[in-house]
Amino acid sequence: MSHLLEVNDLEVKFGLRQGDLTAINGISFNLDKGERMGLVGESGAGKSVTGFAIINLISKPGFISGGRVIFNGRDLAALSEETMREIRGNHISMIFQDPMMTLNPVLTIGTQMVETLQAHRRITRAEAEAIALEKLKKVQIPSPEKRLAQYPHEFSGGMRQRIVIAIALITDPEIIIADEPTTALDVTIQAEIMDLLQQLCESEDTGLILITHDLGVVSQVTEKIAVMYAGKIVESGLTDRVVNDPKHPYTQGLIKALPGSLQPGARLNQIPGMMPTLTDIPPGCAFNPRCPLCEAICRDQEPPFIPVDHMTRMVACHMVKLDPNMGTR
Amino acid sequence: MNRTWQRFKASYLLFSFKQDKTAMLSLAVLLTLLVTGLLAPVFSPYDPYDPANIDIMNSELPPSWTQDGEAAFLLGTDIQGRDLLSTMIYGLRLSILIGCGAVVLQGLLGVVVGLLAGYLGGKIDAVLMRIADIQLSFPYLMVAIFISAIFQLAFGIGRYEDLSVPLLIVIIGLAEWPVYARTVRAAVMGEKNKEYVEAARVIGLNRWRIMFRHVLPNTMTSVLVISTIQVANAVMSEAALSFLGLGMPVTKPSLGSLIRSGFEYIFSGSWWITLFPGIFLVLLVLVINLLGDWLRDVLNPKLYKG
Amino acid sequence: MFAFVIRRIAQALFVMLIISLVGFSIKNKIGDPIRDLVGERVTPAERELLRDKIGLNDPFITQYLRFAKNAAQGDLGMSFFHKKPALAVIAAKAPATLELVFGAALIIIFISLPIGVFSAIYPRSAFSRFTMAFSTLGVSVPVFLTAIVLIYIFSVELNWLPSYGRGETVSLGGWDSGLFTVDGIMHLILPCFSLASIMLPLFIRLIRSEMMEVLETEYIKFAWAKGLHRKRIWFIHAFKNTLLPVITVFGVQIGIMFAFTILTETVFQWQGMGFMFLEAVERSDISLLVAYLMVVGAIFVVVNTVVDIIYGLVNPTIRIAGRK
Repeated sequence: MSHLLEVNDLEVKFGLRQGDLTAINGISFNLDKGERMGLVGESGAGKSVTGFAIINLISKPGFISGGRVIFNGRDLAALSEETMREIRGNHISMIFQDPMMTLNPVLTIGTQMVETLQAHRRITRAEAEAIALEKLKKVQIPSPEKRLAQYPHEFSGGMRQRIVIAIALITDPEIIIADEPTTALDVTIQAEIMDLLQQLCESEDTGLILITHDLGVVSQVTEKIAVMYAGKIVESGLTDRVVNDPKHPYTQGLIKALPGSLQPGARLNQIPGMMPTLTDIPPGCAFNPRCPLCEAICRDQEPPFIPVDHMTRMVACHMVKLDPNMGTR
Repeated sequence: MNRTWQRFKASYLLFSFKQDKTAMLSLAVLLTLLVTGLLAPVFSPYDPYDPANIDIMNSELPPSWTQDGEAAFLLGTDIQGRDLLSTMIYGLRLSILIGCGAVVLQGLLGVVVGLLAGYLGGKIDAVLMRIADIQLSFPYLMVAIFISAIFQLAFGIGRYEDLSVPLLIVIIGLAEWPVYARTVRAAVMGEKNKEYVEAARVIGLNRWRIMFRHVLPNTMTSVLVISTIQVANAVMSEAALSFLGLGMPVTKPSLGSLIRSGFEYIFSGSWWITLFPGIFLVLLVLVINLLGDWLRDVLNPKLYKG
Repeated sequence: MFAFVIRRIAQALFVMLIISLVGFSIKNKIGDPIRDLVGERVTPAERELLRDKIGLNDPFITQYLRFAKNAAQGDLGMSFFHKKPALAVIAAKAPATLELVFGAALIIIFISLPIGVFSAIYPRSAFSRFTMAFSTLGVSVPVFLTAIVLIYIFSVELNWLPSYGRGETVSLGGWDSGLFTVDGIMHLILPCFSLASIMLPLFIRLIRSEMMEVLETEYIKFAWAKGLHRKRIWFIHAFKNTLLPVITVFGVQIGIMFAFTILTETVFQWQGMGFMFLEAVERSDISLLVAYLMVVGAIFVVVNTVVDIIYGLVNPTIRIAGRK
């Protein structure tokens, strides 16, 4: 079966003077047309880097050191800069975290929308503006005609993110990569924006890769989920199943740490320890120092990423490999 | 004292310095210049201020390695017959003295003003900063030129020349204190809200003690960072003033005055009178700037741009 | 926006007031208006009479207000040496200096912008490293030395360019301009380059570092993610943001350039305001000195205010803040 986007064994390294550091250590996942997938993990796990790696926009000194990113039959990691330019913002769009920082403060909204269209199609300014207005209406910005001539600082945070979403959608891309799109917004606005994003992706049949650390949001919006830890995917599968029946000890720890299931006044469930930084990832399974199921093999060998549970789930854990029902609630 | 030396030896500052060849070379050159200049009587072949040494018949001799040069005068002589090398070394000493003196003055003045304005705030801050801002809206060179012109007119040329070294220190010191004041004030306002200041207040220390013993040492990094540029500026300002005739007189020339007197003779071909003092001056300022760049980079990587 | 402009103008007027006060104090304490008016051969008795008559024995404030009133009407006293109103003398010399500063400003803009932008986009290239090293050297060489070296190379040795004076000037309604004759322009080249040489290293470094900072921002990253052409990203997205802080610095530096015209005009025997100033010092012409102070002070204040207002107009975050 051929997917819209197939990431195979992707590796990303940072080239420092002291030597190369591995930020992403061979991850694989895929996305079909219109599918919504979540990429979750703590800060530093490598989620954002993955997002940038897909469109080959990692900041120096990072670079793709291995693996393939296959989109519509072509390996994006191997394409020239000029060819990639045609894909970015056109077939695959990206949304960043803080809308105030994402929009250029000295250019009008109209300019920033129209230029995206004009960079990828032969289209007059008037036509582009018409499309821009249509998209602004879709993201529910009131009186869009007046808005085109305004500057980013004249809008509130929520409105700005809507504009960014409109820019991302303006070229009708096949995939949107959203990197923590609501983290920088007020809690009350977060739900609105997330709903909007989900709605639009459904109605336009656009694929979504939602990068976030917020398990609650992911459960609502996505169909599939991949959990990252220290540069690797440790578990992936249907969101519903993973969240309700996590197999990997780390995922289990994450779900248990959600406050929702506790009585008021009870202690929060923490996973002891901290995720390792890039420079001190332990040998074997990166999670082994913190894992309640840790055995000798875990300290020795990296666990393979294998399907379990009738091929509906992928897990990277020696203990689960031995007993697929281990840890089931 | 020994502990401080131990700490210094183990510090990042020394480590980073040893890694940076430019910094090490600059320091070596700077030290050479400083020693040569400050110990002028030891290093210079002749005493250029002693009239007995000056023979007008020797004037305008080119450097010793050229055709008309004489071995006795390594870099040639100036228009009055003085050995150029000796005059340059004494001039170097003047430039160093005035440069450092001026920076000490502007530093003292500026730091105290900045400390008071930053810590005490309110009306004092408003008034002091107003004065600083008004002076800052004029380029410092213009202020220095003006003050020296006024001094010259007020004191008369004779007295002005007699008092030139201290006067120049005062002039350049007065021209640039706002830079220190502003920097220190910003640093103090940053420190004011930190907990150690609150703690000191809670213990009941009086505010002068807090200001000078507690807050001031923590602002020294920013002071150090701008000090190197200021020394370079002061040396350049003195050279500019002397070049204009508002600085050191021709009888006790600094490098700037030498360049001035040499300039008139460049058309008749006596290029060495201008060139060699020029090279000395540029070298001095260059190594100060290079060391300053390195110091800025080491003390606060965020400040160092590009 | 309107409030912003009003505030800036009020600040400007306040500074002018202080300058006039300082100028007047100098004139009062050190100057000798009697000598300015009637020369040196008057008896002490006649002096006293004259002092009373022109009101030199009035209280300080009265004298100051008189001075201020006259100044506002354009009367800044008489130049002792030139035997003409001070303002007239300055007005005659001003075009020379203004053209010099103008020429230097053009050189700075046309050289530092391309080099600064290029070194920001390709910071590790040999060209960038060379320019950075050269700029540290540039800051260490005083302007008069650069001028002398330039004269030596281009005038004395190569004989390509003239070494002093303004050359042929064309008079346009009182403004003697050197811009309209080939000879005039030849005379402008060396002085303008000398003057520009002080500011070039500074601007190249400033533009480079500002642009490098801008190129690291999220909105530039977003522009790349949108798939825009790199020329558009560099020259429209990044450049506009880089220019904003540079404009403010440029305004301040124009003021500084005026200070350095004193040095440059000396080397090139350029008959401008700076040269006039030094002559006035040599001749103890206090009125002219004070008049120069006032005029130059006014120029600084006006330039700084205009630059601030332009910045307010160009920067949308300030311009439109009022609309909300």
